[in-house]
Amino acid sequence: MSEDIKINVFRFDPETEKEGKFVEYNVPYVDGMVVLDTVRYVEEKIDPTVSIRWNCKAGKCGSCSAEINGKPSLMCKTRVDEIGKHITVAPMAAFPLIKDLVTDVSKNWEIARKIPMFTPKEGLEKPWRINPKDVERSKEFKRCIECFLCMDVCHVVREHFTPYFGPRHIVKAASWDMHPLDGLDRSKMLDVEGGMGYCNITKCCTEVCPEHIKITDNAIIQEKERAVDRQYDPIAMIIKNRRKKEKVVK
Amino acid sequence: MNNEIETVETDVLIIGAGGAGMRAAISVNDAGLKPVMVTKSLLGKAHTVMAEGGIAAALGNVDPKDNWMVHYGDIIEEGVYISNWKMAEILGKEAPERVLELEKYGALFDRTPDGRIMQRAFGAHTYRRLAHIGDRTGLELIKTLEDQVLHRNIPFYDEMYIVDLIRKGDKIIGAYGIKMDTGKTFLFKAKTVVIATGGSGRVYKVTSNSWESTGDGVGMAYRAGVKLRDMEMIQFHPTGMVYPPGVKGLLVTEGVRGEGGILLNSKGERYMLKYSPQKKELDARDVVARANYREIMEGRGTEHGGVYLDITNKGPDFIKHKLPAMYQQFLEFAGVDITKEKMEVAPTVHYMMGGIQVDAETEKTNLENLFAAGEVASGLHGANRLGGNSLADILVFGKRAGDAAVNYARSSKIEEIPAEEIEKIKSYVMHFFRDDGKNPYDLIDRLTACMSENVGIMRDEEHLQKAMEIIEGLKEEFKEVGTKGGLRYNHGLLGCLELGNMLVSCEAIATCASMRKESRGAHARSDFPKKDPAWKVNIVTYLGDDGNMVFEVKPAEEMPEEYKAYVKPEVYE
Repeated sequence: MSEDIKINVFRFDPETEKEGKFVEYNVPYVDGMVVLDTVRYVEEKIDPTVSIRWNCKAGKCGSCSAEINGKPSLMCKTRVDEIGKHITVAPMAAFPLIKDLVTDVSKNWEIARKIPMFTPKEGLEKPWRINPKDVERSKEFKRCIECFLCMDVCHVVREHFTPYFGPRHIVKAASWDMHPLDGLDRSKMLDVEGGMGYCNITKCCTEVCPEHIKITDNAIIQEKERAVDRQYDPIAMIIKNRRKKEKVVK
Repeated sequence: MNNEIETVETDVLIIGAGGAGMRAAISVNDAGLKPVMVTKSLLGKAHTVMAEGGIAAALGNVDPKDNWMVHYGDIIEEGVYISNWKMAEILGKEAPERVLELEKYGALFDRTPDGRIMQRAFGAHTYRRLAHIGDRTGLELIKTLEDQVLHRNIPFYDEMYIVDLIRKGDKIIGAYGIKMDTGKTFLFKAKTVVIATGGSGRVYKVTSNSWESTGDGVGMAYRAGVKLRDMEMIQFHPTGMVYPPGVKGLLVTEGVRGEGGILLNSKGERYMLKYSPQKKELDARDVVARANYREIMEGRGTEHGGVYLDITNKGPDFIKHKLPAMYQQFLEFAGVDITKEKMEVAPTVHYMMGGIQVDAETEKTNLENLFAAGEVASGLHGANRLGGNSLADILVFGKRAGDAAVNYARSSKIEEIPAEEIEKIKSYVMHFFRDDGKNPYDLIDRLTACMSENVGIMRDEEHLQKAMEIIEGLKEEFKEVGTKGGLRYNHGLLGCLELGNMLVSCEAIATCASMRKESRGAHARSDFPKKDPAWKVNIVTYLGDDGNMVFEVKPAEEMPEEYKAYVKPEVYE
């Protein structure tokens, strides 16, 4: 494949235009090229007003998220020779559009502030000791680069107005909940405030994660089960009811 | 385009939100003052995220003999005796505190079998010293600090490009920026300012640096009359990817060699045994990078112009556990399974040892209320930085810069900014909007190619002169660059603004490299291959009254007598 490739980039400036459209550009093919290379070529050589967001170009920062041929992907990790000659690049649909391929992802910071931060257990001896094996569970979630592709693909986040925090944030909470020295349990909060119940485990988020985090199986389902255990644990319920009765008697 | 400008007042303005900027912001916040943090990219995306191998701190968990004196000695020796000794001392002493603080903030380091923080070997560190999280240490560092910043409700403006600082007398009184996502312009009025904008690696064509590293901090500081030093000292990392072309320069962590990876040429020879029989693959980066370069230049390179890095002998389980990101990176970008195949690697521009000259203890610049920390600051690493010392650097000196800014801000007040100062910067921005403007990216392509070809890993006078000529020519052409569109998310405009800053770094790098007529650390010259005692100096660069760059040669700072015991004496051939 040495000839030019055609790339269709979504162009839309909501401040001056009523609707967006795909614009086709010809880009010379270079061996091993990724989609980000093609869009940057457009920006640097054809039209500098194309708006894109990118940073590390190494799959480490999670800035260049987009929908490539309809699939939420990182532009820097999608090789042109693997997706065929017809390429369309559109912005993430789950977030408000700023311009062209750039979206406003700032609501994620609002949600992140709601999830209680790492809170070490009380009375830990210093320096902290952790069994090397116990590090592994949380480590999976800490691979998250905050590309928000999981948020983009999630139909609950994308199409419905619910309080659901979204997959990224369940992963964040799980990374603390499964930190061996963390003293909190965030599952109830995720359930009540974070609308975790709206997730119906379609696993779309796991499929698009560029860091291959098993978001649904290892984070969401685990947190859901914790929340359920906590709320519907029969022994805990008996104790709770008895306490209530005692209070009433008093 | 609208004329509205939004004004933000703050005690401490922090420019940059990588590790140094965020750690400074935490200091300011925790001291009860108001920080405002601005960043060119999105929050949490700064170049810190790319750091892989670990953070150097003499915790002594794996090698109990390690302590700050040994770390100090390693920094001075490998910085080839032109580091600021006081900064080396501070780093050696304070890095362990910062690592433990990071752990307290929630960072989850790899562990030793008995549960303490694990430390790995790295080039030219006497002991196993790098605390790490697999090969994703930078990601963990930045996400951990980001969480602290968010929960402290520290105000930040991301995707904010600072065009220039505003100076009055010996103080910086504010800064002018464009919020790229909205196209709004901002005026920041601050009692003190901390610059933490990172390096200038993108002035080279083949680099491991991310989009941001265009030397914006160096550029704005230089224009405000701030002194720079050691600008000729550019670190080439020995191992960057070479194939496919789209990822050329992308970093391959030193952790691969730290965990037992070896370098081979196309004849299958383990050539580091020849270049460095003692430290082998784990010698300092300048030594290994030059060895790789020589093998390639002398015709013993690989198909795509690199050398081989081989870790297959460690087995798939070990590799996937210790180097998961590298495994993934080669599989996804190059279709190479590093558990079975060798990697192809070559030197890539990685780090700027030079930058803004600062006071060792407070990170104060030559201006009264301006501080700098992280890669944009200079002094600690001398002529060569050791792996893992930059993550330690950003935390140790980010905190100190924040603390010092707080002290200054307490007895200072916000000043009014004269309208003509604002007008001056505004018209600089607006003059780029023209129909007949030259494409900034064409100039950037030529500039970066010029730097890679002429101011590279092996330098000589002829090429350096050529580089200076090209840079002079590009400075002239820069007057004609321009773009279309508006202020909102306009990479054409960004290219223009960045190019202005890149030219400052390039001129300083090339000129200082030409001045230094010896080989020392990362600065290697084929026409002056030996180290020369006459050049045990630092070259200081600043903007002269006539508008030209001024260069001053200063003898390197002498360490106190009692510290000399921690360092091998310098030897000249």
